[in-house]
Amino acid sequence: MTERSLTFTLNGQPREAKVDPRVHLGDFLRHSLGLTGTHIGCEHGVCGACTVIVDGSPVRSCLMLAVQIDDCTVETVESLGKPGDLSPLQQAFAANHGLQCGFCTPGMLMTLEAFLRTTPAPTEEDVRIAISGNICRCTGYQGIVQATLDTASTKANRT
Amino acid sequence: MSGRFFGAAVTRVEDARLLTGTGHYVDDIELPGMLHAAFVRASFAHGRIRSIDKRDALAMPGVVAIYTMDDFADIAQGPMPPMAPHPLLKTPITYHPLSDTEVRHVGEAIAIVLADSRANAEDAAAAVILDVEYLPTVSDVALAHEANSPTAHSQHASNIAATMKAGFGDCARIFAKADHVLTEQFDIHRGGCHAMECRGVVANIDLLTDALTISTSSQSPYMVRRHLAAYLDRDENGIRVMTPDVGGGFGPKANVYAEEFAVALSTIKIRRPVKWIEDRQEHFVATTQQRGQIWSIDVAFDNNGRMRAIRGHCIHDNGAYAPYGLILPATAIASFPGPYALEALDLTVDVVLTNLVPTSPVRGACRPNVAFLLERLADRIARHLGMDRQDVRQRSFVKAEQMPYTTGLKARDGSPISYDSGDYTGALNLVLDKIAAKDFEARRKESKQRGKLRGLGIASCVEDTGIGPFEGASIRVTPAGKVIVATGASSQGQGHRTAFAQIAADALGVELEDVTVETADTAKFPLGISTIASRIAVTAGSSVQLAAHKVRAKAITFASHQLEVDEHDLELEGGAVRVKGIADMKIKLSEIARALAGSTGVPLPGNMEPDLAATAYFNSNALTFAYGANACEVEVDPETGDVRVVRYVVVHDCGKLINPLIVDGQIRGGVVHGIGNALFERMIYDEQGQPLTTTYGDYFLPMASEMPPIEIHHMETPSPRNPIGVKGAGEGGTIPAAACVISAVEDALGPNGPFIPVHPISPQQVVQWLKATR
Ligand code: FES
Ligand code: FES
Repeated sequence: MTERSLTFTLNGQPREAKVDPRVHLGDFLRHSLGLTGTHIGCEHGVCGACTVIVDGSPVRSCLMLAVQIDDCTVETVESLGKPGDLSPLQQAFAANHGLQCGFCTPGMLMTLEAFLRTTPAPTEEDVRIAISGNICRCTGYQGIVQATLDTASTKANRT
Repeated sequence: MSGRFFGAAVTRVEDARLLTGTGHYVDDIELPGMLHAAFVRASFAHGRIRSIDKRDALAMPGVVAIYTMDDFADIAQGPMPPMAPHPLLKTPITYHPLSDTEVRHVGEAIAIVLADSRANAEDAAAAVILDVEYLPTVSDVALAHEANSPTAHSQHASNIAATMKAGFGDCARIFAKADHVLTEQFDIHRGGCHAMECRGVVANIDLLTDALTISTSSQSPYMVRRHLAAYLDRDENGIRVMTPDVGGGFGPKANVYAEEFAVALSTIKIRRPVKWIEDRQEHFVATTQQRGQIWSIDVAFDNNGRMRAIRGHCIHDNGAYAPYGLILPATAIASFPGPYALEALDLTVDVVLTNLVPTSPVRGACRPNVAFLLERLADRIARHLGMDRQDVRQRSFVKAEQMPYTTGLKARDGSPISYDSGDYTGALNLVLDKIAAKDFEARRKESKQRGKLRGLGIASCVEDTGIGPFEGASIRVTPAGKVIVATGASSQGQGHRTAFAQIAADALGVELEDVTVETADTAKFPLGISTIASRIAVTAGSSVQLAAHKVRAKAITFASHQLEVDEHDLELEGGAVRVKGIADMKIKLSEIARALAGSTGVPLPGNMEPDLAATAYFNSNALTFAYGANACEVEVDPETGDVRVVRYVVVHDCGKLINPLIVDGQIRGGVVHGIGNALFERMIYDEQGQPLTTTYGDYFLPMASEMPPIEIHHMETPSPRNPIGVKGAGEGGTIPAAACVISAVEDALGPNGPFIPVHPISPQQVVQWLKATR
């Protein structure tokens, strides 16, 4: 298959790459670009583990072809904080035990990152609905929900 | 047992990596020259393969090799060794790494394709042509149990692979004289584990030594090494197995799988690294499942609601193979009599083969099944006698003052099983108090005004935890003063690194960040069993404590020589051994480690053994019993049959808590798993053994939008059976949860509603049941 050339912005950096048209965005990020923070949990578009932000919206990278990000802005979990310098949401996840095995976590974080940008003061129910497309088998969700509410209220208090 | 860290809700040392996308899971491994594997799997449930035509597939782009079982004949052959041999299984019923000729369930692996990419491997797998003689299929366990059923294995005369019996007391006498006897049939459905990370294996071979290195998403890396070594007729020394970060386990990843063997064999054959990552569709058809059982139960009880004896027969769906021996039916038996002080018990379990994916423990193994039976029976008795549900329980429970309580059943080694400690009545009273059961009727009325039927459910459980034989740990202080803990216990998200670091840091007087915990790498620690059955805090946690105390003693001996101070006057704090009360009279652990690492020609003080290090194993010879009482409230929509769990309260006792944050996380996740079993998770097959629910669009997992907040209260009765006083906590959330939710639904349907002996229940069923009450 002939490869296609792409230009896009990835985690703030302009990038160019060639990609086989059949490769989905998740595999492209993981295996072509080595950004293995994005996880693949089902490839059916249901579990949400593969969620990244494209042009500001959360998308399932298993349901989007890599060629579709031409001219787009892509954000992955690697764009958030680093160990030792976690983002507020990441810190709140740790403080509230919002992760166990960590497999769903990058997708949860990116879904909630996009959500909090548009919904800075959510209710508990808002948060639960926001992640109703992300499966976590470990935590029972409560720590994730609380982490999100804490992040929102800390931010509200600061501004 | 308590200290600066033990018992504290410290945040996890694992989190920073996992939150920033820098975790390292098996699919993140890339090796030079690595090939990608895809399996040719059966699309039919039972058949004999006449021939396999791989010519077209071999000619496809990127394909390097396609192997069937015959291709491995020069390396190894025959069925895989059983993980847990049992005398009742005369011939082990295990897979071949790739099917030999007879295929016995949809999804069984027949051939492995190696290619330069996963996509090319999958394309070629689809082009392999099978010539198959189809055989009669049996997918329904009740039919499989009948004498004239087709057999799941064509060479067997019957599907009953084994019949297990156990009991105690004189059932016949008690039933003959009991005030009341009831009989009920229970049908518990099959579901899956659904770790968010599917399985996966990467195997590599050292071209000079032939040594194998295997990274696998497993709960039992040491079992993979042991059984693979036996199968290949190699020494274990030539096989290194390790687990990278594992994205959840929940039981099924404790098996040693055919795919692990097939990938290892392929690597030996092709002499290149090979990676296989299970996709979600494969997970539905090739990873073990659990809970399918049909029970017929008689219960004898007296006029005041005291449960006296149970007689039960179970048809246990074992699927097409028994890779894990009879572990599930044995666990079912061992889960009786739960919290109830029965005078007699008489159980028979028929282990039945079907043409479905094999079953093996999923979170709780058969304990949730038995909790469902016992708790549903307690509700049933209450209804029969017109009594309160809690009164039946409290009259039937083992009492706190009866501890240690000998149940009447025998452990695997023939010793009597005894509950070590616990207060079941206290736990139930507490949970009813916390959920404010006495005001429930007001809430029921309030829901009614909104058109909803509200119900209150209760369920108790006892859980055997910390099963032996052992886990171990070694602890070493490096010359830089860092503490390295290595253990054979593998982790799938339970926060072991944090919990073990807490234990070691307390014993050695260092900070948490000074401790590094390495888990489950056969090159770093020699032995391990499995992370299963809520056993790691007890077994590995205790071994970390024992090893840390040995290192501590050694450091003190050294310091006593150097400082010329009596050992009793020394303590470990701030990374040093110091004289009690004299802050600056001390020697740093790093200095001791350096001294004990040796210098040419300099003898060690007191002729001590070199290295500031020690290894210890904790032999867990007696189970320790955690327990809990749950209560929940549901709202049922009478129009749609939708059931919402609106409140859920847990009272749990797992002895001393190493880290309350982690324990609560285990319980919450466990409860949600049980709610899934009660209301959502249903693995459906047609009569031909075809799975009909192989995506999360068809098989429903609990989502955040449907789950309630879960409130947890701990009772802390230290276990007398291990040095740190802990009991397991990994499954205690799941075990009573389905029973609790169904109890609440039944309560919501009212006194004219049916007795509910099944799960999961569906909205359609709820609507039907409500219709019948009108
Ligand atoms: S992997 Fe994309 S939604 Fe599951
Ligand atoms: S933390 Fe394991 S799936 Fe969410």
